[in-house]
Amino acid sequence: MNDLVQWDLQEVQEVITSLKHKPGALFPILHGIQNLAGYIPAESLPLIADALHQTRAEIHGVVTFYHLFRMTPPGRHSLEVCRAEACQARGSRALEAHVKAKLGIDYHQTTTDREFSLEDVYCLGNCACGPSIRIGDDIIGRVTPEKFDQLVDELTTVALEIRS
Amino acid sequence: MSIKIYVPRDTTTLALGGEKVVSMILAQAESRGIDIELVRNGSRGLFWLEPMIEVQTGNGRVAYGPVEARDVAALFDAGLPEGKSTHRLALGDPEEIPYLKKQQRLTFARAGITDPVSIADYKLHDGFKGLENSLALSGQMIVDEVKASGLRGRGGAAFPTGIKWQTVHDCAADQKYIVCNADEGDSGTFADRLVMEADPLMLVEGMIIAGLAVGSTQGYIYLRSEYPVAHQIMKEAIANAYQAGYLGENIQGSGKKFDLEVRLGAAAYICGEETSLLESLEGKRGVVRFKPPLPAIKGLFGQPTVVNNVLSLAAVPFIMAHGSKAYADCGMGRSRGTLPFQLAGNIKQGGLVELAFGPTLRELLDDFAGGTETGLPMRAIQVGGPLGAYLPQSQWDTPLDYEAFAAIGAVLGHGGVVVFDESVDMTEQARFSMEFCVEESCGKCTPCRIGSTRGVEVIDKIRAGDKVEANLALLDDLCETMIDGSLCAMGSMTPIPVKSAFKYFPEDIALAHSRMSIQTEAK
Repeated sequence: MNDLVQWDLQEVQEVITSLKHKPGALFPILHGIQNLAGYIPAESLPLIADALHQTRAEIHGVVTFYHLFRMTPPGRHSLEVCRAEACQARGSRALEAHVKAKLGIDYHQTTTDREFSLEDVYCLGNCACGPSIRIGDDIIGRVTPEKFDQLVDELTTVALEIRS
Repeated sequence: MSIKIYVPRDTTTLALGGEKVVSMILAQAESRGIDIELVRNGSRGLFWLEPMIEVQTGNGRVAYGPVEARDVAALFDAGLPEGKSTHRLALGDPEEIPYLKKQQRLTFARAGITDPVSIADYKLHDGFKGLENSLALSGQMIVDEVKASGLRGRGGAAFPTGIKWQTVHDCAADQKYIVCNADEGDSGTFADRLVMEADPLMLVEGMIIAGLAVGSTQGYIYLRSEYPVAHQIMKEAIANAYQAGYLGENIQGSGKKFDLEVRLGAAAYICGEETSLLESLEGKRGVVRFKPPLPAIKGLFGQPTVVNNVLSLAAVPFIMAHGSKAYADCGMGRSRGTLPFQLAGNIKQGGLVELAFGPTLRELLDDFAGGTETGLPMRAIQVGGPLGAYLPQSQWDTPLDYEAFAAIGAVLGHGGVVVFDESVDMTEQARFSMEFCVEESCGKCTPCRIGSTRGVEVIDKIRAGDKVEANLALLDDLCETMIDGSLCAMGSMTPIPVKSAFKYFPEDIALAHSRMSIQTEAK
């Protein structure tokens, strides 16, 4: 989605302006900004607060309450691993350990090459066919360590243009 | 004439390579010069057979599954376009598959049959009949019908839906709201998701009827962000309903109005609790509210609000189309109608099983689960999501009914059934329940906010063999404090899985200890 995170304050302001009239506008605004920028930049908080006649502290409180909203730029691929019981019963504990070892990061971290951000998630609703992971908006089921390695290879393989 | 081929577009099908199957079907059809019409239906909920593709023949549909992309060419060779059943993946008439045939599908009658976002398809299969009947009735008459059906909230608390509606109906207010709780956070549950992905117009219809019943013109579906596929399908269905005049200013020329919008959550389990959900919809931290006032009296933006689970609202069109009696005739005791059970975890045949209340847990597993995926014996079953009890063999003969489960200190909740085989370490599961509470507590009540962290620590000591008896007593005391001192189910029910794990599987304490000492020595 966001190769190098790119956004400018003008676009953020446009998102805010287009949604601020809605009842309970803060959630649509935060989703809008995170879809645009990949995260909620600190610089956007005063703009949101201003538009909704709330304090910056209130906006900050909401952003930090929810697991989904993040205030740091994610990696190129947002990866979520399901930790909930139905996936545990199908081997997700081993998968979690494998994923962390393979990427060399823990939850809430991003790889140094900025390819992957790793988050935990509590249930993707694919509980009959776990263990499940989510990459961007794609949910993938029956993920074994081997299948995971293959996915990582596919996502990180860059087609090189060779000029003759 | 072109041949109709159905490939579901639900999360599970996509998670198992559904899109690749679609590309292969299109490529095969083109290279063989076969004219096909591809329909993206919903799943029938037989997830162990997904991707399950179906072909329309002169004698009804023929199914094949589970299909992988690499099977498609061979399936075409074996006569899939003609609906031949020679290939090993051929399943014959999908309605005759025992897993489906043995069910009583009221809510999920259309799942997998129709194109989920097609208004024409929906109407062809009894859609909007409940709404048509409702438009001719007064609000009170609709409320009475729902009351007579005996429908109880399917989110977990099982509160009678009709009584909740009556309260909102009786409140005088300029604006009332219908809020659908689609924050299906329980692990092992996917019935709400299947409604939204396989038959979203049924939910739309149920919400319009709820609006007519209580006098509300605005509905919100609070959908969890972990369901991107359901979000997309729900948005398409709502847009189509607007275009066909079922939503908006003048519903089917009746002069009645109802608007509906999907709002996305942001990954907080607590927002499945109704007051926390309302806070979140208002754009606040999802912190639980005190009750009273009940949301029915003072809910969203301080106005009278119906908050119902997806399944409760989805049951309403059937009730209004076929009458309360047809619904109430199913079930047992005070649990009327059907409950979609969701079989998940370590089993061969996971999926959605809609049955009238009454069979035992063991019957459900024997008839449908097909044994464990790993082939090891089943050991523990968690029913009712992460706040539900872990049940050992000795409890599996309990009938699946709200009261029978309550009588053994367990909950039916949203109908999720998660099976673990004998390799499970139940002390680890107990620890996870506390850890989940640490992660997801809204922080309002101290026993939940801090008790859960202390719970993890005490369980760690027990697992390490540190003063086991004394720490078990301490854990028991902590659980009592959480039960008595928490406002909502998060804090007051987290002790249920924890206590059941230690009560029914005490032998795992010594096992955990020996396992952990081996690990320590290895280091």
